[in-house]
Amino acid sequence: MRNVGIIGIGQTDFVTRRTDVTYPELVREGADAALQDAQLSMADMEGVVIPLAPDALIGVGNGERWVVDTIGAAGKPFLRINTGGATGGTAVQAGYTHIASGMFDVVIVTGADRVSESASAQSVLNKMWDVAYERLFPLNTITMLALSAQRYNRMYGATEQDMARVTVKNRAHAARNPHAHLRDPITVDEVMDTRMLSWPLKLGDLCPSSTGAAAMVLASEDFIRRTGRDDAVWIRSVAQSTETFWQGDRVGPKATGDHADAAELERAIHTAYARAGISDPRSQVDVAEIYAPFSSVELHAIEAAGFADRGESFGLIEDGAFALGADGPIVNPSGGTLCTNPIAVTGLVRVAEAALQVSGKAGDRQVPDANVGLATAIGGDHQFYAATVVANHLEEIS
Amino acid sequence: MGATLPEKSSEPAFYEQTWDLAYRHALGDTVGTFFAGLKEKRLLGRRCDACDRVLFPPRSFCDRCHEPTGEWVELETSATLEMFTIVTEPFPGMLVDPPYVLAYARPDGADTAAVSYVRGVDLSDVRGAAAELNGIDKVTIRFIDNPEGRATDIWFDAS
Repeated sequence: MRNVGIIGIGQTDFVTRRTDVTYPELVREGADAALQDAQLSMADMEGVVIPLAPDALIGVGNGERWVVDTIGAAGKPFLRINTGGATGGTAVQAGYTHIASGMFDVVIVTGADRVSESASAQSVLNKMWDVAYERLFPLNTITMLALSAQRYNRMYGATEQDMARVTVKNRAHAARNPHAHLRDPITVDEVMDTRMLSWPLKLGDLCPSSTGAAAMVLASEDFIRRTGRDDAVWIRSVAQSTETFWQGDRVGPKATGDHADAAELERAIHTAYARAGISDPRSQVDVAEIYAPFSSVELHAIEAAGFADRGESFGLIEDGAFALGADGPIVNPSGGTLCTNPIAVTGLVRVAEAALQVSGKAGDRQVPDANVGLATAIGGDHQFYAATVVANHLEEIS
Repeated sequence: MGATLPEKSSEPAFYEQTWDLAYRHALGDTVGTFFAGLKEKRLLGRRCDACDRVLFPPRSFCDRCHEPTGEWVELETSATLEMFTIVTEPFPGMLVDPPYVLAYARPDGADTAAVSYVRGVDLSDVRGAAAELNGIDKVTIRFIDNPEGRATDIWFDAS
């Protein structure tokens, strides 16, 4: 396997709605920004990977076809990735394997989403569940994660206020990130006063439906050395794991992973750690962009990352851990998925933000002396997990 | 010299569409047997001999062992309330009016849980109802009066 680096990053500002451009034109904005950052053109790209989640979310059958001409992909290898919410993270990993395999030297991963165009998003997502046993019930990503939150809270003694503190932390971070969608600071009381949707989840525990684009140019070490790119960020490892389709199999004494936790996310992250030579994440990882669309998810995702023991993340958050300025790994300095969720590219933005951090280009949201970063993504009914470790060097991680 | 621009409304242009797609999914023999059992007000699971788990609702293969499941197992109506949520938001396209309780319950004798509604709890105060349900370990699986052979034939009684 060859070393792979990130040499270009582009992201638009994320908002509720863009009426001035079509979906392909929006993808083009992200691609152009990443290419400009890499000082390359589409002609230099040997392959294109596009993240795009279920067709029905954007209301276009195989919408990846729509962007081929807009971004100049005709005549090149082209691959669409869909692992639900993990799509953006998996797409980066597909770009990585293209290059690590030795078959490609430089590849662009480019996508966009405009989630607010459909008023039926939760109805679309309901179609994920089994047609015989589960589809007749109003399962969707909100009720699915509410079930997980209730089980976690009951198992470990967490409260709605503990969940609210995640929102408070991430909104304070997002206020420093010009690309973030929800940037207004919020208090615990204000989160508690938001509309109840599916107890224990309230509007203040949830991500927005975001519109925007993001892209990344990946290159081989050969290409990076040849073109003298000293500021490349290295993808030190990638890993994925998959949880059973059936939520109801994630309970009871014989379950291998509990729906309260994120056991397969833990497996993906720890596999990525092992591949990168990380044995003590609390001291070796400086920054983590953890995919957590809802406040409750960040609690078990922090534990899956090894930054806290199971059931201990919320106590640490209450003590100020994981926030900008704290000791130890800083979690979601961008504001995270909770403040910005353009589904198809959310996982890509996690890797991009971790890369910006370790290259010292994260502006007002910069974590001081960040050298090693973790980025994750989650898709399906809490089912597909991706973990990526980035660093600003290729030496042993200390 | 380029063409002069037409007068354009300050309102953006939109195209509105609705997808209304029809499907008829074959559910297979295993589901069919389970649904036939529901019509007789019986709960049936399937045992995996390799890992000794009883799968409920039943599946023809154990996805952990990659082995076909074996015998049918008659299950109790007493069940563990594994997880629940009290839904207060009307989600577009979901044909249920809130508030309602959605939950997974695992029948005694089964190792996995199925989804349905919980009834028998006063939902006028959501946080009060949540506290009450958090204190409940067991529910009783009930059948609707005239089961039709569908997943919605059963519900969970918390009273």
